[in-house]
Amino acid sequence: MVTLIDGSEVSLRKYLGALSGVDKVGADQRAAMLGTRSIKTKSKSWAIDMAIRMVDLTSLEGADTAGKVRAICAKAVHPDPTDFSVPSVGAVCVYNDLVKIARESLNLNGGSHIPVAAVTTAFPSGRASLKVKIQDTQDALNDGATEIDMVIDRGAFLAGKLGLVFDEITAIKAVCGNRAQLKVILETGELTTYDNVRKASFIAMLAGADFIKTSTGKVSPAATPPVVLVMLEAVRDYYLQTGMRIGVKAAGGIRTTKDAIKQLVLVNEVAGPEWLNPHLFRIGASALLNDLLMQRMKAASGFYSGSNYVTLD
Amino acid sequence: MSRIDIKKTYKLFIGGQFPRSESGRTYEIKGANGKFIANPALASRKDLRDSVTAAKSALSGWSSATAFNRGQILYRIAEIMEGRRDQFVTEIIALEGGTAKAAHAQVEQAIDLWVWYAGWCDKISTIAGATNPIAGPYYNFTTPEELGVVGIISDQKVSLLGLVAAIAPVIATGNTAVVIASEKRPLSAITLGEALATSDLPAGVLNILTGKVSELAPWLASHMEIDGLDISGADSKVESELRIAGAENLKRIHRFNKSQSPQRMLAFMEAKTVWHPIGV
Repeated sequence: MVTLIDGSEVSLRKYLGALSGVDKVGADQRAAMLGTRSIKTKSKSWAIDMAIRMVDLTSLEGADTAGKVRAICAKAVHPDPTDFSVPSVGAVCVYNDLVKIARESLNLNGGSHIPVAAVTTAFPSGRASLKVKIQDTQDALNDGATEIDMVIDRGAFLAGKLGLVFDEITAIKAVCGNRAQLKVILETGELTTYDNVRKASFIAMLAGADFIKTSTGKVSPAATPPVVLVMLEAVRDYYLQTGMRIGVKAAGGIRTTKDAIKQLVLVNEVAGPEWLNPHLFRIGASALLNDLLMQRMKAASGFYSGSNYVTLD
Repeated sequence: MSRIDIKKTYKLFIGGQFPRSESGRTYEIKGANGKFIANPALASRKDLRDSVTAAKSALSGWSSATAFNRGQILYRIAEIMEGRRDQFVTEIIALEGGTAKAAHAQVEQAIDLWVWYAGWCDKISTIAGATNPIAGPYYNFTTPEELGVVGIISDQKVSLLGLVAAIAPVIATGNTAVVIASEKRPLSAITLGEALATSDLPAGVLNILTGKVSELAPWLASHMEIDGLDISGADSKVESELRIAGAENLKRIHRFNKSQSPQRMLAFMEAKTVWHPIGV
């Protein structure tokens, strides 16, 4: 493994200072241009199934109940109970007190291969002491989470305390160890510039993230195509320097099949086809899955489906 | 001094907006005298799909609005149309031919029809509902409620009156609708869309597409999100094809002759029966 920094704040700052900046107009324009690609017929069917496999089926509401989590777990295993050719989703993502229920429910439904992702570190704001954040993560791991979605301290990042942000991620990574993949949520909607998104992406990757994730879903704008493009460029550049492939998770605001396919086009064109794989690209969503299913039904039957033929979320 | 003509771009009416067709296509329409009139948008099946999505998302708000409120909005549509009378008349004469007197009569009838159906909004459930006699200590009520999203293939010849006769009874009762306008005479529908956009009607309650009926109607008939279909404007040759496509989700499919009849409302309503214990 190539060592890019020695772990000190000085070396981190030196590394980040040497990063190239993001051309905002260029990023916006390229994302918009790639969004016009037309994906039809067989490619579209392939993309729909790939997108379903990439979905982190998410429920992060204050009103979540055990019953609701059981319902989304059943849906995660067989998104369309009338058609078992529909693949299972990539993961189920819940708050950490519901991890145990999600794990049991997935196992009962024949979904023991589906990981449970837990949002931790005082999600969504990240405003708590490191001690609490570590305990939060530990609880999720003890209940059977194999993916941890942590939030960075955006306040610290914006105040220039980059070392603090780095150290927190390192600490949570140490808690995860080999037991869970670590996804680091940058909350790009609060980072204000693409340069910050790129910088935060590198901090997360240098600190040991397995995935970098756009947003919590609680802040708008979230996974806009240009932001995802900037993050995909970051993982590509990181791969060129280290030979390590870090995943990207786009979450928030992706509601239609069209949005999802646009994301897949970005992945293919920016990071490369190796990333077109649920191990390296995920889409955090809830409503999206129904639209993907309706599009899949349309492809199979030849006529447009309706919302009465998918579950209510 | 002469002035350069300002030619109008005729667009679709979907979800309260006026988009061009997603396909970018247009088609040519000619007047009754054979001369070129305009290039309205040639809607594609994706425009139709977007319209159905808009109509579905508008459904819960519109159907739960009070009947009194719906009546006021329908009356408001009549008011706004009244202000555009001359435009409707000019467009009818240009596309349908006939006398100015006949065109005026059609516009007036169409406006009056809105008023007539506006009055029905808060009366239909009283007239068509019932308290049912049953053997038991219960009240038993049946009330008619909206069906859902209704697809409408508008009258091809009488472009304004046929259109209003189809849409007013459908939305009066709380349904939302996707309308395919007269293919060769779409201007009344386009202008009506502009009137609707300024008449307090919530976005998406009515969506108006211009284009080829033969291209759009089968997609409308087979769409699973559509609950009822008014095929009054469809060619009788394709009727069986539409009925077969609509059978998949048991759509109510009707063809009407009369423009002014409570039957047009009841055709797209569903009866709901409620049991309520006496004395509670």
